[in-house]
Amino acid sequence: MAKTITIDPVTRIEGHAKITIHVDDKGEVEDARFHITQFRGFEKLSEGRPFAEMPSLMARICGICPVSHLVASAKACDDLLAVDIPQTGANLRAIMNLAQLVQSHALSFFHLSSPDLLMGMDAAPASRNILGVAEQNPQLALDGVRLRKFGQEIIATLGGKRIHPAWIVPGGVNAPLTEAHRTEILSGIPAALEMAQRAIDWYKSIADRYREEQTTFGNFPSLFMGMVSPDGGLDHYDGKLRIVDAAGNIIADQLDPKKYADYMAEATEDDTYLKSVYYKPIGYPEGSYRVGPLARLNVASYAGTPRADAEMRLFKKIQRGAVLSSFFYHYARLIEIMYGIERIEELLNDPDILSTHVRAHASPNRLEGIGMAEAPRGMLMHHYKIDENGIMEWANLIIATGHNNMAMNRSVLQVAKHFVDGNKLEEGMLNRVEAVIRTYDPCLSCSTHAAGKMPLHVRLVGPDGALLDEKRRD
Amino acid sequence: MSPMTAQVVTLKIDGQDVSAHENDSILTAAREHGVFIPTLCNLDGLTTLGACRLCLVEMAGSPKLLPACTTKVSEGMEVVTSSERIAKYRRMVIELLFAEGNHICAVCVSNGHCELQSMAQTVGMTHVSVPYLYPKRTVDASHERFTVDHNRCILCMRCVRVCDEIEGAHTWDVMGRGTAAKVITDMNQPWGTSDTCTSCGKCVHVCPTGSLFEKTASVSEMLKRRHFLPYLTMMREEVE
Repeated sequence: MAKTITIDPVTRIEGHAKITIHVDDKGEVEDARFHITQFRGFEKLSEGRPFAEMPSLMARICGICPVSHLVASAKACDDLLAVDIPQTGANLRAIMNLAQLVQSHALSFFHLSSPDLLMGMDAAPASRNILGVAEQNPQLALDGVRLRKFGQEIIATLGGKRIHPAWIVPGGVNAPLTEAHRTEILSGIPAALEMAQRAIDWYKSIADRYREEQTTFGNFPSLFMGMVSPDGGLDHYDGKLRIVDAAGNIIADQLDPKKYADYMAEATEDDTYLKSVYYKPIGYPEGSYRVGPLARLNVASYAGTPRADAEMRLFKKIQRGAVLSSFFYHYARLIEIMYGIERIEELLNDPDILSTHVRAHASPNRLEGIGMAEAPRGMLMHHYKIDENGIMEWANLIIATGHNNMAMNRSVLQVAKHFVDGNKLEEGMLNRVEAVIRTYDPCLSCSTHAAGKMPLHVRLVGPDGALLDEKRRD
Repeated sequence: MSPMTAQVVTLKIDGQDVSAHENDSILTAAREHGVFIPTLCNLDGLTTLGACRLCLVEMAGSPKLLPACTTKVSEGMEVVTSSERIAKYRRMVIELLFAEGNHICAVCVSNGHCELQSMAQTVGMTHVSVPYLYPKRTVDASHERFTVDHNRCILCMRCVRVCDEIEGAHTWDVMGRGTAAKVITDMNQPWGTSDTCTSCGKCVHVCPTGSLFEKTASVSEMLKRRHFLPYLTMMREEVE
């Protein structure tokens, strides 16, 4: 008998979502969909506000990646002012953005995904969490907590508080870095590098246990999009866009983020509040692409820091062309943690970083502004229109998780088809469906422009709507 | 006020015998004797208005609470400036101010430097017990240098008074009644089109909240300087 399996809500992700799996008469998976069930409306509520309020207002979209919104929003405001901000201001913003990358990636890998990787996808859910990790592998859990702390402390040192600092402002940042703060941040680097290396070594030691997952966790050809520097290196703050295809060929390079409307378009679906973004020249849905750590390492020619580059060379050997399985988001995330720490050190060692010229002052000189930055989950774009007095008239945000929407749906279907048997539900099967979503580290709070965690609730519903089976996990 | 000819009266504030000039308000007498009474609309250098009702005190023989800023001292008066009843009313005043406007501290230019915000902490407001009104109010950013965000206005009328009494321009005034009351510039026209505004910025600096601010200010950046006011008043009186 045909039926629908609903995983609602999906756990260990950031925000509220559910997954439905449609099973045919023989108990085989027919279709699977990922639905985002929250609605927020930040674009609407910004209307009528002074533009200078936007960075802090938009940062409230998320408590995990507020810095990404601060950066993208402040860059959109810079564009409204039509100024080039002082290089030190830009570099200080870049440091905070990388600090957030490190802490957010640490949250995703250690707190949300390492329980699956350490204990196995079929382990008892009661212990398959960060506390279970702390019991079985204390070092791993401790490194996760400390790496998060490393990133959060940098944000607090620079901006005065860990979450939603008001330090990044239109035109730059509102206070220069002090020598004492520079020394303080630099003193944490060696330990952070060691923790990042330990995490990479541990990942490599267990990756082979997940061969089946590697081949089925969103393993399909697609495009990848990410920001790169002018010569194709990793850049999370101020690059241009590059797109590569599944074979690893660069099909578009140095695309101007400000002209995104020329090559990107959004499609809406009936069953989710999340809009899908696609590459226009190829069309919907074939123009679907992935963003985030996996995509960034696929598009970038090199990282630019010694340890990250060494690891990136190994990453590129996983597959000829682009690395296609979303399982490798985990590995890419760890490499980016390493890169983030190394790059923060480089930026801090630049003597100009202590310059007190960190902000440009101007009134709005344009009525439309676009700002883009790489958030931990991928490319983030803020697009604003103001009236001649600087009051917000319209905003459009394109969020990383939106770019990955189609890829997540395909991944859920692929995993469900491979692992789920509609005749006999097992927890481990459903956990894999969730785990593939976790590889993308979706931030649903952001992508629907809410937050929280809830227990898993799975319902087996027959075609007549009757409840056939129910499983709860608190 | 003519202190030279004024008579001295004695009264009790919180059980303590104090002396004051007969023309003094209870607020002035209390402050001179180091007794703290919270205020919002009151500002040194401006005339007294009695708009915010935060300085309410108890007086022996009066069932009503009286505003300390507009009530004159008198011989034998017994005043109590803090009690459970007073604390409750003061908290309620602040709660009502928060409920009546749209005060979103987190994204406000005055966050961390706001008199309303710090007063909420002073009076121990932990939450707002009445429903928020969420009024639809406007932001006027038509002035070249300044913005008025009516969402954050508590109608203390400091801007109206400083503009009239110190600057002499009388650009600001109030129209409407009750919750519909709002401060306006000239004939209720965009601030940027005002003929009388001298762009002196005094209104911005006396505003206790983030309602009036400089356009260049981002979140938490609007620091206001108000200490100049008593000097301006003093210098003008000397000239006259």
